[in-house]
Amino acid sequence: MKGGSLLKPAILIVGIYLFLKFALPLFTAPLPASLIFLYVALTATGIVIFATLSGQSTEAFFGPITRFLSGEGQAGAMKMARLLVLVLFPLLVGWQTYSSTAPSEQPPAENRTIHPAPPGEFVGLSNPIPNTPENVMAGKGLYAAFCSPCHGGNFDGKGPASRGFNPPPANFSDPTTIAMLQESYLFWRIKKGGVGLSIEGMPWKSAMPRWEVELKDEQIWKIIMGEYDGAHQKPRTWE
Amino acid sequence: MLNHGEHPRRIASTGRGQGSLLAGLLVFLALAGAPLLGLAQDAPGQTAGVAYRDIPAVGSRNIVWVIAQLHLLLAGFVLGVPIFAWICEIVGWKTGEKRYDKLAKEFTKLLTSSYATTALFGGILLFMLIGFYPKLMAYLGDIFFPSFVVYCILFLLETATLYLYWYGWDAMQEGSKKTLHLFLGFLLNVFAFFIMIVPNSWATFQASPVVIAEGSDLARAWAATWNPTWWPVNIHRLIANVVLGGYICGAYAGIRYLSAKTAEEREHYDWMGYVGNFIGVFGLLPLPFAGYWLMREIYQYNQQMGITLMGGFLSWLFILQAMLIGVLFLGSNYYFWMGITHRIPGSEVKYRRPIMAMLVILLLCLGVWMTPHSLVASLEEARKMGGTHHPLLGVFGVMSAKMTVANLMILVTFMSFIMYWRAGKEETAGWAKVAKSIMGGVLGVAAIVVIVLGVWGYFVPAIVRINYFSVAQVLIVLFVMLTITPLTALLLRSAKTTTEMVWGRMPPRAGYALVLNAVMVILLMTLMGYARSSSRVHWHIYGVMRDSSQYAYSPALGYAAALMSLNTFLFCMLVAFIFWVATMGEKAKAGGGGGKG
Ligand code: HEC
Repeated sequence: MKGGSLLKPAILIVGIYLFLKFALPLFTAPLPASLIFLYVALTATGIVIFATLSGQSTEAFFGPITRFLSGEGQAGAMKMARLLVLVLFPLLVGWQTYSSTAPSEQPPAENRTIHPAPPGEFVGLSNPIPNTPENVMAGKGLYAAFCSPCHGGNFDGKGPASRGFNPPPANFSDPTTIAMLQESYLFWRIKKGGVGLSIEGMPWKSAMPRWEVELKDEQIWKIIMGEYDGAHQKPRTWE
Repeated sequence: MLNHGEHPRRIASTGRGQGSLLAGLLVFLALAGAPLLGLAQDAPGQTAGVAYRDIPAVGSRNIVWVIAQLHLLLAGFVLGVPIFAWICEIVGWKTGEKRYDKLAKEFTKLLTSSYATTALFGGILLFMLIGFYPKLMAYLGDIFFPSFVVYCILFLLETATLYLYWYGWDAMQEGSKKTLHLFLGFLLNVFAFFIMIVPNSWATFQASPVVIAEGSDLARAWAATWNPTWWPVNIHRLIANVVLGGYICGAYAGIRYLSAKTAEEREHYDWMGYVGNFIGVFGLLPLPFAGYWLMREIYQYNQQMGITLMGGFLSWLFILQAMLIGVLFLGSNYYFWMGITHRIPGSEVKYRRPIMAMLVILLLCLGVWMTPHSLVASLEEARKMGGTHHPLLGVFGVMSAKMTVANLMILVTFMSFIMYWRAGKEETAGWAKVAKSIMGGVLGVAAIVVIVLGVWGYFVPAIVRINYFSVAQVLIVLFVMLTITPLTALLLRSAKTTTEMVWGRMPPRAGYALVLNAVMVILLMTLMGYARSSSRVHWHIYGVMRDSSQYAYSPALGYAAALMSLNTFLFCMLVAFIFWVATMGEKAKAGGGGGKG
């Protein structure tokens, strides 16, 4: 019972870490370290909260820790273990500090803003092309010709050319891309492309072409209609 | 202080003196200042050259930032406290329990002592604004002159009412005098409300201006006042002020509890801390809804501003916000739970499992809420994920998920409270079993529906989700609260108390938890204050008047966060000082000859 109150939390934390780090990636892409850290930290917080709810549970949780660290009446293996912890822990912290501050050849982590605010002149626009089947079809045709190599024939961002780009071409069937945006936003992005991203869109290395030279405005509006229709999404509106 | 010596032309010195008369004095100064703004308009030749003034090294923007934030925090406290002080007084009057009256008076003491400082900072802010931004202030003064006058009158009324309310407390205890006193408390709140919404119109006008070319001065001022984000901000701030006031009073009680010497003191401040935390939580529950409405109005008003906030460079602030609110929810629940295990002897074993369940749900919700849409990832990691969106966890990053977990966390917190309320009592009513299963059913169904709507929200157009699903989620949660609260009250009326609550037995960490909660709320307000004001980006008045000063850029988030922390720190110091001064006399009295405190 004594060690139990410490053992369970330790198992829980290690278990969650292993799950996030190794088990989850079997089914999907690996998680970035920042996210794993967040979830493990949350777990640890929960453990401390639960352990300190009452006087007894606090004692049961922290008692062994303080007794171990204070070294009272310890002998043999326990004494060695305490010494080891007292030596290794600062070293660990030092190593962690070193490795997070030392210069490396890795480029710094970036937090690219995926949907920066559009410039003012695009804000109020609405699609002037009537939403008829012909126009949607025409839009899909243009899409197949110009956009599908990157954004994919299924509107899923997996066109044949997509693998070469970082950031990858947007996946329009994902509910967190065009479904959250207004049509005028797409008009801006298609017309101005990656080079036209606003200041917060750093580091502006998007491969999204700037279509204003090749396509007329009217064609862009048609593509937008075709794109939403093909991806089974609806633009954000306010009515 | 800042402007002696080399800049004689800049701003008149403000450090005139202190004391409670200061408030009135400043109102008059403000009255005198308002027409000056008008004059500046009439004489363009004089002011045309100076659009901005600055103080080197520190920078005008930083000064205004600090002063405005401190003023706002103080004002939030000063306008929030009267609401529950008054309610507390009513409770004391209705139930005849003296301790509520005493508590209400204690709240009002904190209020009265910070009132003058609030006005002081308002005055300083006004001087700074006039000095630093003459062109902008002339423009605003031109539009809002009528409401400046209204504001000054309101301030006089509020001050007079507060003095009567506070100084008349003991004199107006009995019979019809008490009724009059309660009426004064009501008036105090009415004036306070208007004192809040009038300046809100100036601030919201800057974000969502309505400028009409024709019409009288009054018509222009009115149109500008009733701008699209005015009411959303009014409601949001009103609730947030209650939260701020509650948690700060809680922190005050927490500190007094930690330093209490006698058993009565411990009992009293333990109880006051509980009330403060309760008020804070009570306000916290509807706050996310109000915030959501505000964001929606902003987005609808202007796509650019909406995206800057929600998807653009300010969106990182909302991740920080999630963390702070998360800590707040955890802290408040922790305090409730500790209350159960410590104040109700022998209850620990019984409540361990429900508490564990609630904690796990809260943490799961928090995990979802804190997961950003685009993740912080190294190049290597991003390549493996195929972008900064994680294919699986990326779905946690959008509003549908956030709204869902926010609603669930509110439900859990509400249940924490209900559990606390029922702890140590045994229902005797014959229908107790039925009632309890109804409550359980309502809760379970509500949670399931909230989750279903949240998941479904991914598959419907944005407008359906925003207008129907999110609203439905909110209504469901409200419905749960509105059914379970009266049911529980009814149940407990006939319940018999098995274990009496024992006050004054909380461990020190409960006191620290109260302080932590208050700090979180203050940090939150500084954070969201920054979001609100920098969402205008390089505009003083969005789309109308550009910021052409050297500060027309948004500071990096790290820099902004440092200033937020500084403001939080300064505010805490200020409040601690005020409370310390305010309670000095009482302590001396209570202490008698024993020790210096
Ligand atoms: C060379 C490959 C390429 C081609 C061709 C291309 N795109 Fe893109 N597109 C990208 C990349 C890469 C991104 C993601 C980076 C970004 O947001 O700029 C993107 C992003 C977008 C976005 C922004 C989606 C969002 O959620 O922010 C839209 C809209 C878009 N593309 C539409 C189109 C349309 C319409 C066409 C055809 C006219 C097209 N793209 C052709 C590469 C391409």
